[in-house]
Amino acid sequence: MRFTWFNLMPWPYLPEDFRQKHRSVWVDIDSRVFDPARSHEVYNSYMDLLEYAGTLGFDGIGVNEHHQNGYGIMPSPNIIAAGLARRSSDAALVVLGNSIALYNPPVRVAEEFAMLDCISGGRLVAGFPVGTSMDTNYCYGQIPSLTREKYLEAHDLIMRAWHEPDPFAFNGRYNKLRHVNIWPRPIQQPNPPIHIPGGGSVETYDFCIDHTYSYSYLSFTGYIRAKALLQGYWDRVAQRNAPDTSPYRAGFAQTICVAETDEEAERLYAPHVNYFYNRCLHVYPGFADAPGYRTIKTIQSGALSQYAPAGRDFATLTWKDLTEGGHVIAGSPETVRQRMEELIKGLHVGNIFCLMHVGDMPQEKCMYSTKLFAEKVMPHLRGMFPEHASDDRFWCKPLAKRVQPGSLPSETEIAARLGATV
Amino acid sequence: MLELKTIATPHVPVRYFEGGSGNPLVFFHGAGGLTAQDPLLVKLAERHHVYAPLLPGYGDSEEAPALRDMLDMTLHGWDVIGALGLEDPIIVGHSMGGMIAAEMAAVAPNDVSRLALICPSGLWLEDHPIPDIFSMLPFEYPRYLFHDPVAGAAMMTQGTAFDDPDWLKGFLVTNARQLGMAGRLLFPIPDRGLAQRLYRIKARTLLIWGDSDKLIVPAYAHAFKKAIEQAELVSVPEAGHAVNLERPDIVAQAIGRLDERR
Repeated sequence: MRFTWFNLMPWPYLPEDFRQKHRSVWVDIDSRVFDPARSHEVYNSYMDLLEYAGTLGFDGIGVNEHHQNGYGIMPSPNIIAAGLARRSSDAALVVLGNSIALYNPPVRVAEEFAMLDCISGGRLVAGFPVGTSMDTNYCYGQIPSLTREKYLEAHDLIMRAWHEPDPFAFNGRYNKLRHVNIWPRPIQQPNPPIHIPGGGSVETYDFCIDHTYSYSYLSFTGYIRAKALLQGYWDRVAQRNAPDTSPYRAGFAQTICVAETDEEAERLYAPHVNYFYNRCLHVYPGFADAPGYRTIKTIQSGALSQYAPAGRDFATLTWKDLTEGGHVIAGSPETVRQRMEELIKGLHVGNIFCLMHVGDMPQEKCMYSTKLFAEKVMPHLRGMFPEHASDDRFWCKPLAKRVQPGSLPSETEIAARLGATV
Repeated sequence: MLELKTIATPHVPVRYFEGGSGNPLVFFHGAGGLTAQDPLLVKLAERHHVYAPLLPGYGDSEEAPALRDMLDMTLHGWDVIGALGLEDPIIVGHSMGGMIAAEMAAVAPNDVSRLALICPSGLWLEDHPIPDIFSMLPFEYPRYLFHDPVAGAAMMTQGTAFDDPDWLKGFLVTNARQLGMAGRLLFPIPDRGLAQRLYRIKARTLLIWGDSDKLIVPAYAHAFKKAIEQAELVSVPEAGHAVNLERPDIVAQAIGRLDERR
């Protein structure tokens, strides 16, 4: 099993009446709700938490990309990952990921990911999302019905930029580059492992299967509702005669809160879970799905956006609803362990993205929950899927010998080396 | 009356409505699409031989992945006219269809002598940003499209409620196909550079605009009029962006003026 501690980086100061007074947390969110001076503390606190998780035995620490979004103040995950690369030593850097259709030209992603891989000593796990409609279409202006074509071209360009040792010309429809020859090149050859976050597009299932990429479903609605979607993926894996059904072909994001007892979990975490599901997910439905963004094939297969107003209204969900419905896995280590087992077996997933900072949760609660999960839950889940334990296709392969950042010699040592006197 | 037919063009088979008799007239519909019952088509067919091609993805017509941008669609428009064997028909376009018609007249100014643009898109005025139709919910459309939003809403849903799940589901699939295509010309800003080409239009041009158009406000009518040499503006009172649906008789009558050759 691979556990990644993930931080969406929500803005923790959305006002209580946010839902009533504001149309959307995303795209046209009121900029006056953001306070740059307070964000100084917020960003650093969130990065500290990621680094802390890295010391507790999580396999990875994870970041992602959103734009104009009140629950994800991380338009550039690579900036955060660069900071983490220096301040963590063993955990994989899971950048899930860069919306490659939005980078112009997309070789920028090949370059930055290569930099992250080099700085971190080969610890990068790279994600290539098509991107949500909110980010890709409404914020970044991509034409919905051409987004996927542009995405696929960006993918081909990036992979060639990583794989081909000599300069080449790339005559794409969206990218015309006469001299592609990126510096630096990634440590992990031929390329870092690739994870593709998806939301039920049949095309994305096939894309992962064809390229041996891991498909990850980053939902906020929990493992019970995810069953149909991931079953769709596994059915597709079988239909297309993939050589194996390794659980590492898939990943899932789950909100998790651990305390000593179930009661304590509710007392400690309910307000923050409520903040997230009530205020943070308040997305104007008109931004959920630009016409043409999803293919007809996907719409007909029944996959609807998790932001679409399909009779779901998080604001009315109580702690009981959210935990029993599986949106949130919360409780004592034993409760959480049982439910995580259900999740892992039920969805057949080997990569878990643990959403352990929830909404406006303060540092100390987040650390408490994280430590309990790392010490009292994770070890019991480690041994699942023993028959696939050796499957390392979807995870990073760091250099065995890595430098320790910040290990410049002391000034005395320098003087000694140079034979000078200080 | 109007019959739905198919004709082959280089990129995609095109479905089109045909009916009526008189001078040939080709009608390009807006982002909302077109039906055989369209009141303006019915009116136009009283005095013209009407051809109204559906854009790829509209109605039951095939999608055309190869038509990606304005030039593709403009030339596709000419491909349709060529396939129909027409020469210098009256070209009419509503909204997005007006944008296509204007582009067609700009790239081939010697092939169009009569043009009617019904509240066309294609320009962008900083002082009058056009509302984003791609992020509107179904129930929000009527107040932008109609002078009388209540009557307009009933026209859109044919009496069904906006929250009727079956209607909504059908609407979403249709929207994905139709507005998916329209997005190639209109998303996220309905400006593909037409402003710098309008001077090329030689046709006698009618600009027909609903006085209470809240989507592409009448300020745009004046911008078009200024840029097209032989343009004349017909303002239609008590009509919104869907002037074709709200005042089909007045619109058809105005277009009738293009029959009088000068």
